[in-house]
Amino acid sequence: MNDRVEVRKTYKLFIGGAFPRSESGRTYEVHDTDDKFLANAAKASRKDGRDAVLAARKGFAAWSSATAYNRGQVLYRVAEVMEGRREQFITDVQAAEGLGDKKSARVVDSAIDRLVWYAGWADKYAQVLGNTNPVAGPYFNFTIPEPTGVVAAVAPQDSSLLGLVSVIAPIVVTGNALIVIASTKCPIPAITLTEVLATADVPNGVINVLTGDPAEITPWLASHGDVNAIDLTGVTSQDLAKQLEIEAAGTVKRVRRPAQPNWLTTPDLGRLASFVEIKTVWHPIGA
Amino acid sequence: MQTVAEPLTTTGALREFLHALPGVDEVGATDRAAALSTRSIKNEAKAWAIDLAIRMVDLTTLEGMDTPGKVRAMCAKALRPDPTDPTVPSVAAVCVYGDMAAIARASVGSALHVAAVATAFPSGRASLEVKLHDVRDAVAAGADEIDMVIDRGAFLAGNYGLVNEQIVAVKAACGTAHLKVILETGELRTLDNVRRASWLAMMAGADFIKTSTGKVPVAATPPVTIVMLQAVRDYYALTGTRIGVKPAGGIRTSKDAIKYLVLIKETAGEAWLTPDLFRFGASTLLNDLLLQRQRMATGHYSGPDYVTID
Repeated sequence: MNDRVEVRKTYKLFIGGAFPRSESGRTYEVHDTDDKFLANAAKASRKDGRDAVLAARKGFAAWSSATAYNRGQVLYRVAEVMEGRREQFITDVQAAEGLGDKKSARVVDSAIDRLVWYAGWADKYAQVLGNTNPVAGPYFNFTIPEPTGVVAAVAPQDSSLLGLVSVIAPIVVTGNALIVIASTKCPIPAITLTEVLATADVPNGVINVLTGDPAEITPWLASHGDVNAIDLTGVTSQDLAKQLEIEAAGTVKRVRRPAQPNWLTTPDLGRLASFVEIKTVWHPIGA
Repeated sequence: MQTVAEPLTTTGALREFLHALPGVDEVGATDRAAALSTRSIKNEAKAWAIDLAIRMVDLTTLEGMDTPGKVRAMCAKALRPDPTDPTVPSVAAVCVYGDMAAIARASVGSALHVAAVATAFPSGRASLEVKLHDVRDAVAAGADEIDMVIDRGAFLAGNYGLVNEQIVAVKAACGTAHLKVILETGELRTLDNVRRASWLAMMAGADFIKTSTGKVPVAATPPVTIVMLQAVRDYYALTGTRIGVKPAGGIRTSKDAIKYLVLIKETAGEAWLTPDLFRFGASTLLNDLLLQRQRMATGHYSGPDYVTID
């Protein structure tokens, strides 16, 4: 039965809704936890990072002006398509993280549920983070959260799917556009997720996924004038995190520091609040 | 190639000359452009190329919604493209509609050239009288460069005499102003026609030949520019006069601009690598050149927040 020619896979990046090879032409080998060869993944260069920023800036225009309801619907649609590919994700996570059947199913289900959870927040977080403020004068005074802009994120290295989704979802649900660098060691669940994103009504450029070495790409993103915020969740080296924070300061970016929470627990609104700008408006009351 | 002993003016004589020009190998021109565009430009050369490209820009606004304020703002930008960096050179010229030429001239003084489009731009569909009046108006308002359009309908119908006569008349109306002749290559359809129109314009007295108005879908392309650069090179060999080339429309990135610089060097020669003989007709290109320049100066990528919104 095993006389089929093996279909060997060399995956590509996901930039602007398309699947380009790395501009550098480089790839690297991905192995499972038993060191068995799985596939080749593209090794993104700083030029790919730059292209992704251009794509994200384009995507941001449409995404940030979409209605909150629409953004929630799109995220829910991503969860729907992921549910349809549940078995594939379980296989991917198993190979990537070396988990057992039950544990990997639980991780995948949690990732899908996490998306649904954040999708539900799409038209609700503004009520929680925003406010009408009592002021002593003839004014209405509102505070509203607005998307920050283009966000670059480093996905967790160990939690290749659930951690990734937990980083992506809060950033995009608030209307930001995103460049995320997937786990270097286990990028395949992220690559499968790009195939989901490409078919799930997410406008081009809103989520861009790079695979490769964060230490190579992130310094360029941290100093990039057109990136508004950076999420260092998956950065494992203290030195790199410090360097990136310094680079980001040059253009006054928002920075979220490295963290390794238990991804299985239900999150709070912290991540949602990290990548919004709180704006306050004074509006005169008409006579 | 034949020599041009005396000016050819009749349709018959022009046809005989233009149709005897060697045909253009379209695939060859495309391949040549593609091959030259893969050349790698190292940092030092790139910095030089970006500054040269900035000095070659004809900063353009040709919209129905142009206001005096917008033209003044553009002129300020033309003089000091990046207010945060005094080492950035000025652009070559500003390019506006004829009725804005006086405002542009008042804004830039004698520091820059003022180019005005005239002769019923962009279609060129008006009587010669109207076109000449348009030109005289713009010159009187202070334009020292006139961008005219040829009558593409007459050219395509083979009425070369008429096209020639109009260019000669416009050149006379220009007085001391430089004349750029827009061929609108996107409407000429073939590279053979581009070569013929280039020669026709040069022989009729053009100081520059320009690809496009920017108002039709197909604007400047590298193969078209190669053909025009070959024409000015051959014309120089024949007459000793250097004619300028101006691709316009569709050149938006520094990368594109540098590709054009490579085309000039490899086709016409280094003598054309000067704003006196080569210009970019562009509006958004300048911002990208500035972003690349900032990137080289600061060492990190810049973004659209750091240049003006035009």
